[in-house]
Amino acid sequence: MIEEKFDAIVVGAGMSGNAAALTMAKRGMKVLQLERGEYAGSKNVQGAILYADMLEKLIPDFRDDAPLERHLVEQRFWIMDDRSHFGVHYRSEDFNEERPNRYTIIRAQFDKWFSSKVREAGATVLCETTVTELARDAHGKVIGVRTDRREGEIHADVVVLAEGVNGLLGTRARLRERPKPDKVALAVKEMHFLPRETIEAHFNLKGDEGLVVEAAGTISRGMTGMGFIYANKECISIGIGCIVADFQRTGETPYGLLDRFKRHPSVAPLIEGSEVKEYSAHLIPEGGYKAIPQLYGDGWVVVGDAAQLNNAIHREGSNLAMTSGRIAAEAIVQVKSHRQPMTAANLSVYKKMLDDSFVIKDLKKHKDMPMLMHTNSQNFFLTYPQLVSRAMQNYVRVDGTPKAEKEKVTLKSFVNARSWTGLFGDAFRIARAWR
Amino acid sequence: MNVETSVRVEDKLFYNRYLVDVGRPHIKVRAHTKPSPQLLALLKVCPARCYELNDKGQVDVTVDGCIECGTCRVIGEPTGDIEWSYPRGGYGVLFKFG
Repeated sequence: MIEEKFDAIVVGAGMSGNAAALTMAKRGMKVLQLERGEYAGSKNVQGAILYADMLEKLIPDFRDDAPLERHLVEQRFWIMDDRSHFGVHYRSEDFNEERPNRYTIIRAQFDKWFSSKVREAGATVLCETTVTELARDAHGKVIGVRTDRREGEIHADVVVLAEGVNGLLGTRARLRERPKPDKVALAVKEMHFLPRETIEAHFNLKGDEGLVVEAAGTISRGMTGMGFIYANKECISIGIGCIVADFQRTGETPYGLLDRFKRHPSVAPLIEGSEVKEYSAHLIPEGGYKAIPQLYGDGWVVVGDAAQLNNAIHREGSNLAMTSGRIAAEAIVQVKSHRQPMTAANLSVYKKMLDDSFVIKDLKKHKDMPMLMHTNSQNFFLTYPQLVSRAMQNYVRVDGTPKAEKEKVTLKSFVNARSWTGLFGDAFRIARAWR
Repeated sequence: MNVETSVRVEDKLFYNRYLVDVGRPHIKVRAHTKPSPQLLALLKVCPARCYELNDKGQVDVTVDGCIECGTCRVIGEPTGDIEWSYPRGGYGVLFKFG
């Protein structure tokens, strides 16, 4: 039993938990952070892309010693059918800048470094400790946690739940619902190792330049989902994810999808000759704005994936996690500095601050997008990619057919597949959900 | 040949490091005679293929290769088909890269 009482307990040492623990510790609070992995990062899975701006707000000089892989100079979006891809690529020399905006990272290594900064700031970090339950007083106020390591409870004025997408503690304590199968995606990923120069040759990179491929289409077999390929220094992260309810409905297997994606003629040459060193899986919150649960209560706040804060449309999550962790911590510091108790009413300042940030503003902007994509997955992930592929092939293949006739064929294929009403309806629905 | 059967999940899991908490599985399947549709879905959706049919047609779980994603919890816990917790601190999958 730990007799001493803490100002705050942070559950979890991912992006949001580390951001929260660091922010509070730096402001002189007595912080205990609990992590179930053997070290911070050993249970954490992400693609992964690091967004510099959000980390700079926590650790301005992170570039000095953080384990970064490559800074991104190119983004590729692919629409795929079984034998082709149609791409939009953006590459700019502007991204070779002194303080690059985005990097690829390897989470287990990055999080270990992030955690070292949390310790340096003065927080107590206890690994290999699974929090099993929240401790509450007779009025239901959260007053601490119980773990599998020690007898009894550890007490704190406030508990920051940074427990990840599964949010087991919050669900058990009935602070929020369990994530629903249609509101989370299951992604699987492999780490493919190749010599540095081979990766640079495969992706047309030099030095520490990096690249991202994001791909959607028939690779998800009509399910709502996408594939990704990230170039790290000496390995390639490759994965694919789809909504869990779609897996359940179709009976597709995640490893079957990944295998098919890897063998796609546009992908296979990129990872040819590589050695796989890890296979991982993780859930991703996909419900967007409408899936955000209650964010605070008497003696607790919830941050990051546990709060389902993920921008599925822009594929941003770790930055929302870091930002929500930091803002929650700032709110707690503010309440404490006014010598106020950590009640729901006082902690509501966290939600106000988060509402004013890009986190909630972006999620609100796309609030109808997740449902639109999910209810129309056959059209957006199967029919349109096939139509686009046929249209492109028709466009580029030179075979003596007059161009006017070719254009007619393409137009007809779209109208036959979706009808005029369907085409205009889809365009209207996307525009409305996007604005 | 069907892609699904050609992918050997066991080979993929072999790349990973685990510390197995022998005798203390963190996932349990509720005893049943005939599996529910949710339980049957786990046979395919589990990325580590931890769920298998036994010779009586019931669904069994072996958590040694579990990569702790929580997908089975999302599907199988609401119906009471499974009980799901995280492994004890330090046990379970140990990602080197994540």
